[in-house]
Amino acid sequence: MSLSPDDLDAIWLTLRLATTVTLLLLILATPIAWWLAKTDSWLKVPIGALVALPLVLPPTVLGFYLLVLMGPNGSIGEFTKALGLGTLPFTFSGLVIASMIYSLPFVVQPIQNAIQSIGDRPIEVAATLGAGPVDRFFSVVLPLAKPGFVTATILGFAHTVGEFGIVLMIGGSIPKETRVVSIQIYDHVEALQYGNAHFLAAIMLGFSFIVLLGLYGFQRKRSGEGLHYGR
Amino acid sequence: MKLYSILFASILGIFVSFTTLAESAHLAVAANFRQCMLALVTELEKESNHRYVLSFGSSGKFYGQILHGAPFDMFFSADVAKPIAVSEAGLGVSKSRFTYAIGRLALLSSAKKSALALEQTLITGAFNKVSIANPKFAPYGIASLEVLDHLKRLEESKSKWVLGENIAQAYQFVDSGNADLGFVALSQVMLEQKYAGSFWLIPDSWHLPIQQQAIILNKAKNNPAALALINFIHSNKGKNILTSYGYLIAENNSV
Repeated sequence: MSLSPDDLDAIWLTLRLATTVTLLLLILATPIAWWLAKTDSWLKVPIGALVALPLVLPPTVLGFYLLVLMGPNGSIGEFTKALGLGTLPFTFSGLVIASMIYSLPFVVQPIQNAIQSIGDRPIEVAATLGAGPVDRFFSVVLPLAKPGFVTATILGFAHTVGEFGIVLMIGGSIPKETRVVSIQIYDHVEALQYGNAHFLAAIMLGFSFIVLLGLYGFQRKRSGEGLHYGR
Repeated sequence: MKLYSILFASILGIFVSFTTLAESAHLAVAANFRQCMLALVTELEKESNHRYVLSFGSSGKFYGQILHGAPFDMFFSADVAKPIAVSEAGLGVSKSRFTYAIGRLALLSSAKKSALALEQTLITGAFNKVSIANPKFAPYGIASLEVLDHLKRLEESKSKWVLGENIAQAYQFVDSGNADLGFVALSQVMLEQKYAGSFWLIPDSWHLPIQQQAIILNKAKNNPAALALINFIHSNKGKNILTSYGYLIAENNSV
């Protein structure tokens, strides 16, 4: 039993999706995490809850709303059509957007925790030493919050790789576009190709275990720094 | 005193009739047959005390679940191969296997379109996305590809396919407007008022017949509810319901 070209396409697509989503999420999540860590606004609680929603919502809820909203009669769909982009379901871009929503809390929360645990003191000290806001962020916050960023990257990537329900609802199983590994496994099982399914499933199992092993190993080493995500 | 005894007798009577005549059966039903099975069961439940629990989904998934011990009493597949496989695996009553319906394929449009216009749209390829039940395992998906092949449009339409995990999802992709065309089961759209004038019944000579077979699973070998359902499907009333949903009746019912 070996991987078919379709299986390899699915693996490559999954890695491409997870990488794109993780990079975009790091850019999007950092300001959100910063704001959540620093603000005293009454909006902190509702925004925090909104960010955490994908943790508890069934993927079918997100998939359903996205299918309707991103479809040609939905508000997002009409907007993307007006921009000349067409509609997003059944496209790689659609999956990227869906995965960003789905994996958002897994990236925001570790960064937020890390920034909170730094506290205001080091940043104030840097300010009195004459560092500007940008300099303070890159030479003080980023190095000190590095464990949070590492955790966020690993979790964001792994969680996107593990996505299934939303992709099933808005993907349409298109090779090299939306047929990610989890869908490919499902298709194999539906087609009763249990051999192929076993092979891909074993790869996913191994991958997930190694990722978590690496993450927990990393957190253990850094245990003095106040980051215990998932333990 | 007399009143009490009448009451007692009638309660006892109800109790006895439920225990002896009323049975329940859990049916695993292929997604395309959903509406029709609901109509059949609703009618049958009026006529008898039998009760039916229905699960709808893709035949492939049900087959896999049955192989792994799913507690169904009957399996209504969308093809012939899976009931045969269930029977060969020793999980079904082989004599009970029969063709309950022959499915018809329709092309559904997300916008109102005459049958003729729809045929032209498919032939000329003037559409963005066509939803198809995944032909890797869905019988209606296989028939859909046969139609595209018949029109010599198989290869060039490939980039426009979006695959549903079963015929219900293929249908839902069109209904939500996300695909402008879709191959669906006639039974899904035939009686829906809102689809009047937006589907085309594809000639059945363009694809192999979609023979749909059912089988009783071992645990329901003597289940009166399962037997009653089979009898009902073979009755004139049952056949009328089947044809009203666009299914053809197999001439030779048992195989």
